[in-house]
Amino acid sequence: MSAAFLNTLEVMANGLMAGVLYALVALGFVLIYKASGIFNYAQGVMALFAAMTLVGAMEGRVPFSHLINAVFGTEVHHFGWHLPALLGIALTIAVMVFFAWVVQRVIFKHLVGQEPIILFMATIGLAYFMEGFGETMWGSDIKTLDVGLPQGGSFAIEDFTATWAAEGERYYGMYIDNLDMVATVVAILLVSALVLFSQYTKQGRAMRAVADDHQAALSVGINLNFIWVLVWSLAGFVALVAGIMWGSKSGVQFSLSLIALKALPVLMLGGFTSIPGAIVGGLIIGVGEKLFEFAIGPYVGGATENWFAYVLALIFLVFRPQGLFGEKIIERV
Amino acid sequence: MKMKLATLALGAVMAAGPALADLTFSSLSYRTGPYAANGIPFADGYADYFTLLNERDGGIGGEKVNLVECETGYNTEKGVECYESTKGTGALVYQPLSTGITYQLIPKATADGIPVHSMGYGRTSAKNGSVFRNIFNYPANYWDGASIAIKHLLDLNGGDISGKRVALVYHNSAYGKEPIRTLEELAKKHGYELSLLPVDHPGQEQKSQWLQIRRERPDYVLMWGWGVMNQVAIQEAVNIRYPMENFIGIWWSGSENDVKPAGEGAHGYKALTFHNVGSDYPIFDDIKTHVVDKGLAAGAGDQIGTVLYNRGLYAAMLAAEAAKTAQELHGTATITPAQMRDGMEALSITEEKMAALGMPNFGPSFTVTCTNHGGDGYGAVAQWDAKAGSWSLITDYMQSDQDVLGPLIKEDSEAYAAENKIEEQKFCP
Repeated sequence: MSAAFLNTLEVMANGLMAGVLYALVALGFVLIYKASGIFNYAQGVMALFAAMTLVGAMEGRVPFSHLINAVFGTEVHHFGWHLPALLGIALTIAVMVFFAWVVQRVIFKHLVGQEPIILFMATIGLAYFMEGFGETMWGSDIKTLDVGLPQGGSFAIEDFTATWAAEGERYYGMYIDNLDMVATVVAILLVSALVLFSQYTKQGRAMRAVADDHQAALSVGINLNFIWVLVWSLAGFVALVAGIMWGSKSGVQFSLSLIALKALPVLMLGGFTSIPGAIVGGLIIGVGEKLFEFAIGPYVGGATENWFAYVLALIFLVFRPQGLFGEKIIERV
Repeated sequence: MKMKLATLALGAVMAAGPALADLTFSSLSYRTGPYAANGIPFADGYADYFTLLNERDGGIGGEKVNLVECETGYNTEKGVECYESTKGTGALVYQPLSTGITYQLIPKATADGIPVHSMGYGRTSAKNGSVFRNIFNYPANYWDGASIAIKHLLDLNGGDISGKRVALVYHNSAYGKEPIRTLEELAKKHGYELSLLPVDHPGQEQKSQWLQIRRERPDYVLMWGWGVMNQVAIQEAVNIRYPMENFIGIWWSGSENDVKPAGEGAHGYKALTFHNVGSDYPIFDDIKTHVVDKGLAAGAGDQIGTVLYNRGLYAAMLAAEAAKTAQELHGTATITPAQMRDGMEALSITEEKMAALGMPNFGPSFTVTCTNHGGDGYGAVAQWDAKAGSWSLITDYMQSDQDVLGPLIKEDSEAYAAENKIEEQKFCP
């Protein structure tokens, strides 16, 4: 095979895996939007907060230590423990469930029946609150997250594919990131679990009922508050998974909250209400932007990925406003 | 009752404001937002130096220093608001700590007669003091950085890099594009091939760029990054097993924050700098005695000796030395911003002076003049030792290629002068 062809394959494979990472962020948006009609602007910040909490728990950092030290003149920073990753993740999930309960209790319980734009505004407020709260709680430093995920390219794939190129071609084997492969497996497991949960469990069916018509669900005795706490908890869990994957690449820092920007075109393309849509949308955006950057980018100065993702989403919006898998919008007079 | 309230209010305002005799310095800091991890150490170093002067020396020339800190969040609009809201305090100099804010302040501060010091950032051609009367960018600017990086490559290759391939990975913004023209000019002179790889803001996703580097295998990679772009780029370079000793970042891509997330893989990564690293200087003993031990350290006091803390410390030292020069020049301790400008323009930093300040070999020696507001363009290369968890300087301070940079600065500043109808010869003899 020619090196050019193999390079294109490499770009596509890496695009697919980048798409999985985008989809992980988009999933959190879909879960909340589907169940409550809220476009959760704070989803990116939730990923940041979850990752910060995980690092804090694992490293035994004292929350609000800067504040405590400034007020009381103490010098407390660490509890002196180092938790294993799994225990840290369990603790973080508990924090995210508590966070979901607080969000529901303090904010959205009081906004039931409000216009979607009001709910959206509330999530903007929540995002800004969380940004400041998270930094006060865990500090602004860049934290190294090590839950044991592999980094770097796969030697096995590189060696295996190195011989695929025709003789005389300059080819070094295909590069596939180990972390991206783990992210793909995790995403498949996560989506499967979410689908199974929503199809075969009582709470899952109740969640779908609320998503279809929350007033009808209420009339048959489904506890709306519980379902919404459940949905926000699931979104918190998805945010934690996204935070771990992205945080392992760049360290846990404020910019993690900006990964939400990568999820928007995925949602526009896949639809705001479909879990498979988030995955397929992510894959299309991932492959599309990487191929465009590879093939066209050099002729137009490069850095086309964000631009291409949004333009592609815009094109889909024009022809299919509900996205590929979204529910068709029908309004009857 | 009204009278009492008015008196109380006046008292509160007077108590909150600086004493009129104080020397006021502004600190446009960013302790929050996406770049807080970098903003905090700089702001801490800047504040601690002035605290040290107050505690150890009683201020500058007998006048206490009043530091007015304003949070910009690294946001240009907020930075301009900070400038507008603090200039009434009599701030002697502004260090905006952002290229975007600097560009906005150039006309404003010039009109207000307040000097701006953009150290290692901002508008490069502000080096031409004939045009940019109130703007200073000593000791080095972005174009110096580009030239010093190439000079380092020349040193590594026995003075010949013709045919070598150099890639520039840069933040796709005005800041990231700054070195391109210089690198293109230097490519003509030295015969290397330059390839350009822009990265979209914020730089969280760089797979395409690093796959390209892996395919094309450039001999050297230079980086003009900031924030998360740095950490991701270094991690991606580690992932593709790019030789880290051939990867060189600008000084804004060379702090502990940038290399630590990549762990041991970042060992050998290089970055440019215009000041020294570490805390093995007498001044740090004074900081401990007069600032830390008295509980007066800025922030959490946990950044002392980091690269960006040292940069803040160095920036404050240069500001204080310019203030001293202004005091000597005008024969008064209570200088105005206009007199501070004169002090900055007459600033001379020598090794003897730095040694006397407890900072021997901390930065390059340089002189500022009416026509040269950028110093002599000296910088060095630092290298990260991941095992020791520290940076160390691996070269002496070397001067940028003035033959190439001089005409570029002249061209750019003259274009600015023409656009803004500034008569160059009016200011400088």
